[in-house]
Amino acid sequence: MRRIVLKGLAFRKTRAVLTALAVVLGVAMVSGTYVLTDTIKSAFDQIFQGSYKNTSAVISGREFVSESASGNATVPEPLLAKVRKLPGVAAATGQITGVAGAGDQVQLIGKDGKPLSKGGAPSLGFGIDPSLPQFNPLRLTAGTWAIGPGQVVIDKGTAGNEGFKVGDTVPVAADGPRESFRIVGIAKYGNVDSLGGATLAVFDIPTAQRLLRKEGRFDSISMSAKPGVSDQQLVREVRPLLPPSAKVSTGAAEANKASDDTQKFINFIQYFLLAFAVIALFVGSFVIFNTLSITIAQRAREFATMRMIGASRRQVLRSVLLEGFVIGLLASVTGLFLGLGLAKLLNAIFKALSLDLPQAGTVFATRTVVVSLLIGTIITVASSIVPAIRATRVPPIAAVREGSQVPPTRLSPYSGGFALLLVLASVVALVIGSFANGLSTALTLLLLGVGCLALFVGVALVAKRLVPPIVEVVGQPAERLGGAPGRLARDNAVRNPARTASTAAALMIGLALVTLVATLGAGLRSSDRNALEQQVRADYVVTSDNGFTQFPAAAVKELPAAPGVGVASAVFDDNAKAFGKSIRVDGVDPATIARTYNFQWSQGSDATLAALGPNGAIIKQDYANDRHLKVGDTFQVTTPSGRRPTFVVRGISKPPVFDKIDPLLGKVIVSQDTFSRFFERPKVLLAFITLDRGVSPQATARLKQALARFPDAKVQSKADWVDERVGGVNQLLNLLYVLLALSVIVSLFGMVNTLVLAVFERTRELGMLRAVGMTRRQVRRMIRQESVITALIGAALGLPLGLFLAALVTQALQDQGLGFSVPVGSLVAFTVVAVIAGLLAAILPARRASRLDVLQALQYE
Amino acid sequence: MTDSPPVPDGQRRDGPLVSGQDLHRRFGEGESAVDALRGVSLDIASGGLTAVMGPSGSGKSTLMHILAGLDRPTSGRVFIDGAEITAMDDNHLTRLRRTHIGFIFQFFNLLPMLNARENILIPLEIAGDKPDQAWVDEVVGKVGLQDRLTHRPSELSGGQQQRVAIARALVSRPKVIFADEPTGNLDSASSRDILDLLRDSVDSFGQTTVMVTHDPSAAAIADRILFLADGQIVRDQGRSDASTIVAAMAELGAA
Repeated sequence: MRRIVLKGLAFRKTRAVLTALAVVLGVAMVSGTYVLTDTIKSAFDQIFQGSYKNTSAVISGREFVSESASGNATVPEPLLAKVRKLPGVAAATGQITGVAGAGDQVQLIGKDGKPLSKGGAPSLGFGIDPSLPQFNPLRLTAGTWAIGPGQVVIDKGTAGNEGFKVGDTVPVAADGPRESFRIVGIAKYGNVDSLGGATLAVFDIPTAQRLLRKEGRFDSISMSAKPGVSDQQLVREVRPLLPPSAKVSTGAAEANKASDDTQKFINFIQYFLLAFAVIALFVGSFVIFNTLSITIAQRAREFATMRMIGASRRQVLRSVLLEGFVIGLLASVTGLFLGLGLAKLLNAIFKALSLDLPQAGTVFATRTVVVSLLIGTIITVASSIVPAIRATRVPPIAAVREGSQVPPTRLSPYSGGFALLLVLASVVALVIGSFANGLSTALTLLLLGVGCLALFVGVALVAKRLVPPIVEVVGQPAERLGGAPGRLARDNAVRNPARTASTAAALMIGLALVTLVATLGAGLRSSDRNALEQQVRADYVVTSDNGFTQFPAAAVKELPAAPGVGVASAVFDDNAKAFGKSIRVDGVDPATIARTYNFQWSQGSDATLAALGPNGAIIKQDYANDRHLKVGDTFQVTTPSGRRPTFVVRGISKPPVFDKIDPLLGKVIVSQDTFSRFFERPKVLLAFITLDRGVSPQATARLKQALARFPDAKVQSKADWVDERVGGVNQLLNLLYVLLALSVIVSLFGMVNTLVLAVFERTRELGMLRAVGMTRRQVRRMIRQESVITALIGAALGLPLGLFLAALVTQALQDQGLGFSVPVGSLVAFTVVAVIAGLLAAILPARRASRLDVLQALQYE
Repeated sequence: MTDSPPVPDGQRRDGPLVSGQDLHRRFGEGESAVDALRGVSLDIASGGLTAVMGPSGSGKSTLMHILAGLDRPTSGRVFIDGAEITAMDDNHLTRLRRTHIGFIFQFFNLLPMLNARENILIPLEIAGDKPDQAWVDEVVGKVGLQDRLTHRPSELSGGQQQRVAIARALVSRPKVIFADEPTGNLDSASSRDILDLLRDSVDSFGQTTVMVTHDPSAAAIADRILFLADGQIVRDQGRSDASTIVAAMAELGAA
């Protein structure tokens, strides 16, 4: 039997390949995801291992607050001298280092005057002592290390991208106005070719300390042990010397911790991409199911003959399953290797969307091979189970009857009811998942995920009955434009509604998901726009170049005095910790903020601002609810440098609901004076400006001029700022579209398959049509229109389904202020995409059909 | 699947190899119902070639489908080699097909992806039996396909394809071969060859064969000819020449 199956596959190569393609892409996505994330992980690991290679122990400031703008606590410089005197220490050096999570940036400025780092990737600033190269994680590829003010070494990736050479001058901006530095060297981390979007600026220690306002401080002190002293012994020796804000650990522990931190981030990317691989595989399983069902119907006589010459049902079942297994395995192997290429493509996509990630040599792990092969094979075999069972139901007598059809299964009378039940059950699962309170996250995700998949399957099953009425509508243009071939195309589409439905269903899934994404995106944009417009009453808003990181306070310091400026009110911002959780704390100017920002008060009034005093705070209503805080209550926060001020609640604000999703100000607001007392090196997130005479091009130019020395500060009119902030979600949407396009391509293969098989099946009929005078061109048109009709069915099912899912999500997120908004333009675009998909899918089958030899086709048995 | 013989040896009798008892077959229900067989009883002994003749719609194909276990009668019983196949489940029937029944089709029904040799050997492969090389060689020699064995069906003429099909039917040494219009899709020269071959296999191997045909020259090779009309056996005669058969058919057509 095995031989018969393999020979059969070889005999029907095109069909096998077309079937396999449906799985190849999904598997490639799985494999590509693993290759990409493993490669990124390896690049990070190389960075960290290299950084701590010769380091026995490291003293660093504690991380009191994660991801703070001012970075971790720092270490006092005099500690270095004490460390060097310890008996176990062979050598020690202080460092200013961007790697250990510090949020302070030293930006390299490009020729366009903008910071070079992209997409929120860090602009790392280093201060190192070149006389102790063993502690230096970097390797020079050209020039020398920086010695003295005015010298900088930059990373190889940035130098290559921007065409910087040793001897060039590059503007640098840290916590102050831009300054010019001479590039004296180019460096890189070990074998890491690209740091992704990050840039690297390396100075000598005093210069780095000055730029980052860390005079007299280090980020860390690295040391090596004398021979015979273990790393642990060294750690114990160092510990008594430390101030409370510092800690010491071995180099290895530090490297592992850094590696673990990136693992979380990489896992996120991995799961995110794998989700799309799963969607593509799910669509692929539809395509396989459909293709196999059709081929099995066409091979009914073959199976019957096998039965006649003694094959048992079980042998027929096994032969079809074996066929699925072989196709799945071949597809998986192909997908596995295609994944290597796809990893590069994914990286290019991330790059195009300014989400660069570091890269070193490609990593192809065993896990990648095992998972890819298993998942592709299992999905294919699972999708062939139902077709295989159908094959066993072909009675032997079909071998002697012409035009035998695969009989319906015993359960088919109940299939309609089952489909409706499935749709109903999945909707219930989705509703429970969306609205029920108190479910665990895992259960919620399970309900939503499984509910969504089940809904797709259910709709695909119900679709059989929806095909004829839908074709009534979407077949109109074909009939109007196509004449007789158009009408035939329409009739062909309803000839086997189950087949058309299941082909269209594959496309439906992709279209439903893009519709969901587009609709949610439109809802997010319009809700965000309303919320922002309500809150801000300034004419202009100053932000960092990327709009969401903090920038030097010095940039906006002199704005109030600039000509024409009425009020300029800056918002300081950093993270702190309160009630054990990280929380944003903002510092506002009580005298001016209310003239640029529209406070909605739950308790208090604009007058509360003036009465904040040295430890008064305004908190948001939800925070007050979450932590049971009332006006007059006190609470303690921990700042990144380890201070622990206690604030008194003086007022409670109630910003628009959508502020929960896109918070403009922090949950805790204090006065700028208070902020500056507890947070080191305060930075600004936003500055609101109102002008005496409103927005004008001249005023914009003047403000730009006033900020010219601060390349990271960007001034925009309120309208432009809102547009940009609201449009931030577009980058995410584009990424999702690209990833969902994969599923649409998979469904395209399904359409090609169905059409090729239909052409094969109708060989004699096509010969007849040609014999009675249909031209090749008309044959092509007929096939094309059938394909477009199928695609439009996919759209007719997918778009409403996507809207329904979006409405469900919107309802579930209503308490976050998310509104529902139908993106009409996008829906039209998706319909056009579906039509184009239909046209593309028809190219090969239409060509085949039109090239049939009339005489042979008529004799075809 | 384990292969136990469908007919325990103890039950084997010297009676007819194929036996049908009062077979009725009704297609459809109510007013549009058609009675294809209306009480057919027959016994076919081991060793000869029996032709079933009759005009279209006479029920001859239905009779053969029922005798070969492809279709079930509405009432009546069929025995092959003493075992009642009308009472068998699918698994038993499958085993019976492997050991007792060979089939020759009007449209040959060869598997297009296999060459001639592979097509001939599939019944053994499916049953998991080792081919008896001497027997295979003899069968191949008999059908005269020694130099065509590596050709695929698409590379063979109709007559050659039917030879492959006959070899496939013979290879598992079935008790009975059913042939369904074996010359119905062939030109007259090829038909002649195939009929000679069928006759030869009966004579040399004692192969019991039941053939449905509407072609008098095909029926002329049979040892016994059954005439069917309107679902009943109307005539049962011994070896006859083609003109006698034509006359008998004309008589039936007139009746």
